[in-house]
Amino acid sequence: MKVPRFAYSRHRHGTPSPGVAALECVDVSVRYPGAERPAVHDVSLRVEQGSRVALIGANGAGKSTLLKAAVGLLPVSSGTIRVHGSPPGGCCHRVAFLAQRSDLDWRFPMTVRRLVLTGRYVHLGWLRRADREDDAIVDRVMDVLQISDLADRRIGELSGGQQQRTLLARAMAQEADMLLLDEPMNGVDAKTRQIVREVLRALSQQGKTIVAATHDTHDIEFEFDKVIHLSCGCKEEAGSIEDVTVSAANALESTAARIP
Amino acid sequence: MIWLMEPFHYAFMRSGFLAVFMVGVTCAVLGSYVVLRRMAFIGDAIAHTALPGIVIAYLEHFSLFFGALCAGLLTALGIGWLSGREGLREDTAIGVLFTGMFALGILIISTARSFRDFSGMLFGDILGVTFSDLLLIAIITAIVLIVLALLYKELELTSVDPSYSAVVGLRADWMRNVLLVLLALAVVTGIQAVGVILTSALLVTPAAAASLLTRDLFRMMVLSAVFAVSSGFIGLYASFYANLNSGAAIVLTGTGWFALAFAGSRLLRLKRHKST
Repeated sequence: MKVPRFAYSRHRHGTPSPGVAALECVDVSVRYPGAERPAVHDVSLRVEQGSRVALIGANGAGKSTLLKAAVGLLPVSSGTIRVHGSPPGGCCHRVAFLAQRSDLDWRFPMTVRRLVLTGRYVHLGWLRRADREDDAIVDRVMDVLQISDLADRRIGELSGGQQQRTLLARAMAQEADMLLLDEPMNGVDAKTRQIVREVLRALSQQGKTIVAATHDTHDIEFEFDKVIHLSCGCKEEAGSIEDVTVSAANALESTAARIP
Repeated sequence: MIWLMEPFHYAFMRSGFLAVFMVGVTCAVLGSYVVLRRMAFIGDAIAHTALPGIVIAYLEHFSLFFGALCAGLLTALGIGWLSGREGLREDTAIGVLFTGMFALGILIISTARSFRDFSGMLFGDILGVTFSDLLLIAIITAIVLIVLALLYKELELTSVDPSYSAVVGLRADWMRNVLLVLLALAVVTGIQAVGVILTSALLVTPAAAASLLTRDLFRMMVLSAVFAVSSGFIGLYASFYANLNSGAAIVLTGTGWFALAFAGSRLLRLKRHKST
């Protein structure tokens, strides 16, 4: 993996040690500035390297908040989060985050290819331009997500599903070890749904850790090793955080059954 | 065609053309970000708040450039500090600070009892540029263009997706501060050309016209520079032959380009609509 000469963030940690959890939260609370109630309250969870975990819960349950705290976008008000053993934002090149689509300014004049290329920036750092290797990676992920024909299109002209595939392509271009996905299936067409599902399966087979937040439960049940329910962000409320662990054998079976 | 060459017989016109060329390029290229990131109001504010800086510098006999730059930077930082605190929105913070600073400038002028000395700052004095002014404008132009070129991908990413850039360790607020510093620099050159009151027109109008005609950032910058420089030249000719205020003539020409671009983009859209 490329090491930038002038990295954006000084915190770059080495290769993951085998026993360390990909994501570990201990009694984590996150409060938005000015909010009365914390959006996430005393949540503890552990995601092993290479596993596939779904965070489910209704809108406002704190799924997005937890993911944002894990990538360092929001400060943790109490408790600790460890990502590959480091504090949030500590090894940003190894964690790819797929935000909700509304976080982007889609009207900005930029091509689809260029947006996917931004996934390589963390490996380039200041002053370095994308080289042939980066271009090859971008070409490959765009091909996998079937957006190669959209390469020169403006990002403002894309449909919801195409936008989502573009963002997922960028997350893949980063070649991270863990992908944190915020509502990857929200408002996308059937084709995108299918492609995303296949891509996630392939990534998982490559040993990547996948954590996906979703309120859409019927689609994911058999795609994940573990499902974590989050409700109202709090532990006190009945059944707020329960590990509905689909037994490993069951999960493997169902995955195997789905591969034609 | 002799009338085109006529103004070039005069040294002050030659420096005017050279200055307007550099100022046009600087403001227009930076203006593309101002338009795309919706920073028009803050650009205007930095231009207006340069007034007290210039006035104090003039009265205390130190560099006007330095005075304008300090006032601009102070405003930019003040706005950044104030907005978000106590639930204040950024545009409110801008509105409060910029009018306050401008009023301070007017107050100091009124104690100096001579508005005439300051008309050049309020309305621009492109035909009065000295060699050292030209040198300064050239240096600022170089700084702005070099920084924009070196940070192109970072500025682009933080503009389109600030939260992703934060995730990869690239802080969007730093990039914004870089832009604000460049804005303060560009504004100093703009004041020389069209004055404190109209400088934001150089930042916004050419880039806005360009944004109607292209969907590519780099092309937008080039087109915007073409609009700005041609406005500057046409404005200078107008002021030479019709004895008009050069700053106002430059800005109005830019407004004309914008009107043409607007009409052009509407026509194109209608045509496309019909053909499909």
